[in-house]
Amino acid sequence: MALANLQTFEDISTESIVITKTDSKLYLSFIYVAIISLFLGGLMGLLQVLVRTGEFTLPFGIGYYQILTFHGVVLALVLTTFFIIGFQFALMGKTVGISEKQRKFAWLAFWVMTIGTSMTAVTILIGKANVLYTFYAPLKAHPLFYIGLALVVVGTWIAAIVNWRQLFVWKKQIPNQKSPLLAFMVTINMIMWVIASLGVAVAVLVQFIPWSLGFAETINVLLSRTLFWYFGHPLVYFWLLPAYMAWYAIIPKIIGGKLFSDSLARLSFILFLFFSIPVGFHHQLTEPGIDPTWKFIQVVLTFMVIIPSLMTAFSMFATFEITGRKKGHKGLFGWFKNLPWQDVRFFAPFVGMLAFIPGGIGGIINASHQMNTVVHNTIWVTGHFHLTVATTVLLTFFGIAYWLIPHLTGRKLTRKIHRLGIYQTVVWAIGMTIMSGAMHIQGLLGGPRRSSYSEYGGSEQAVDWGAYQMAQAVGGTILFIGIILMVYIFIYLVFFAPEGNEEFPIAEEENHAPATPKWMENWKLWIGITIALILFAYTIPVVDIIQNAPPGSPPFDAIIGN
Amino acid sequence: MHLHKLEKWWLILGVSALIIFLIVLGFGAFYMGTHPQSHGLTIDPNNVEANEAFQQENLGLTKVDEDHYIVNVVASAFNYDLGVDEDGNSVSHIKIPKGASVLFQVVTTDVIHGFNIAGTNVNMMVEPGYVSSMEVQMNNVGEFTLLCNEYCGVGHHMMFTTVEVYE
Repeated sequence: MALANLQTFEDISTESIVITKTDSKLYLSFIYVAIISLFLGGLMGLLQVLVRTGEFTLPFGIGYYQILTFHGVVLALVLTTFFIIGFQFALMGKTVGISEKQRKFAWLAFWVMTIGTSMTAVTILIGKANVLYTFYAPLKAHPLFYIGLALVVVGTWIAAIVNWRQLFVWKKQIPNQKSPLLAFMVTINMIMWVIASLGVAVAVLVQFIPWSLGFAETINVLLSRTLFWYFGHPLVYFWLLPAYMAWYAIIPKIIGGKLFSDSLARLSFILFLFFSIPVGFHHQLTEPGIDPTWKFIQVVLTFMVIIPSLMTAFSMFATFEITGRKKGHKGLFGWFKNLPWQDVRFFAPFVGMLAFIPGGIGGIINASHQMNTVVHNTIWVTGHFHLTVATTVLLTFFGIAYWLIPHLTGRKLTRKIHRLGIYQTVVWAIGMTIMSGAMHIQGLLGGPRRSSYSEYGGSEQAVDWGAYQMAQAVGGTILFIGIILMVYIFIYLVFFAPEGNEEFPIAEEENHAPATPKWMENWKLWIGITIALILFAYTIPVVDIIQNAPPGSPPFDAIIGN
Repeated sequence: MHLHKLEKWWLILGVSALIIFLIVLGFGAFYMGTHPQSHGLTIDPNNVEANEAFQQENLGLTKVDEDHYIVNVVASAFNYDLGVDEDGNSVSHIKIPKGASVLFQVVTTDVIHGFNIAGTNVNMMVEPGYVSSMEVQMNNVGEFTLLCNEYCGVGHHMMFTTVEVYE
């Protein structure tokens, strides 16, 4: 691309910002909620795999679908969101700074999210919300379940506005400098998140809350599902992009290298913004009420994210190779052998990257229009997202925690924790290979997801599935050992590690790196294209769904045990 | 913006593979007609009997022609209603000859259900207000579990019946 004559940013180096104790407290609070969620949600996961062996029943009248709901909500929504918001605040604080007023609003975001989380968690724990984390209508949970979820979303919006304000203030002070890469990435992620969560907010505020309180008699089921999946797919990119932030801009520093390409990293984030949202129909491929042509159009749009994913994969390995060769490692694979395998800050995210290869391929299969029929709602899907979010994303988050927590608490990441972290990563990889592998195979054999133990009347198929459910229990138990190790590491890093300074690693550009063009920060253009794509993909089918709607559905709550 | 030469090749290769892949999917969907089920036929979930197919006497397996069958099903928590046999007992097992073409038509009277004949390509979401339907040729002999694979309440995992394909 010959863009040399276009305007580029001046390169003024700015001084690194020091994170104060007061700021640390804010960022750590988010991380603490994430750790507690990891433990509680993981415990529920362990109970689930045990129940599904058929050898174990839950005590005290606790229901399988109750712990399944808790597991989904607390891990997929709470753990991820709190870790991401806390991490992103730390990134913004480090790269563009945080004012006192912004910090106050950030605390407001924290408390709104925490109160919302507690409300939702309590309704699940008292058994009034056995609707799973997708809460499909017309199953009806207690109204507080929906109100709590709405508060979590509102809290994240406050966080988004604070993040945008942080960058805006910084830009005003240094007008001709490009925004720091990480701040740029956080801004993109929060733009995507806010645009996406509008869908679920409309569903919850306009449809679910009035209907669950009895103000509306019926609900349009297909519309609620469409609004949910308008949000539900970008949700997975909201998990993934913070991991990409670490891969692009932090891992190179950890391995002693430089950023591969600033522009390329920004471009891939812009492409993720475009193609994360107008794609929700690929979760609804086997539904009766949506026109198949529109399903196919969204399948095509879904596959566009493969392009930035390929760019990311190239960048990662290019950085690894360039760094290795600069250090003088010879031969075709010398650079690979000499990567810092002993450094857990690198090792854990690296294993996460590896998991993304089968995870990504599985995702392509799931979104493949007619191929989806083979795997839809089978436990294959569960196996898929335990590779992507519960391995790729989570191991990267662990990799971040190893340096972020001691940096914020003023402690050192010791050699012992490095070693323990590497064991933890290996335990995770083994447990997940067994559990996710068994889920994938069982799914191909037709085994359903989201189902308690059942012999299906003694059918031969169910007997076959039983063997894989045993394997999942073995894998799941190993994973729970991984969680205990991780919780120990977290606690050690917060309270007991020796005092000292741990680096906040941010990669720098190569000295001769080509300058970043100014159009990269044309926010209006990026948001405009994003909205145009959404309107293209959704307007006609949604109008069709509303105009040709069947009679609505009344609430059903007795069948979930309410 | 500068792209590395190898990266250009990497992207050209990846994007070409993507295009070929999408052409294959599109060819299957639009030329061979292998879309996932979707036709937007609506029904009142409180009165599914308004559609003749879902009146009690028409539920279950019906032979319409040599090697042509229709299976009408009313799903509700936690049961698939396949009609009654001659003795008035509910049907929980249907038998289809190998190679027959079968049209499955399913509705729900309450919440969302799944309709998956495990081990076959019959896999549909069943949503209140819509008729789910799919025509397949049952080419593999054996006994298959027809089960609900969309969470529908506390008895979700007890919602199943069996489909036998015989020689």
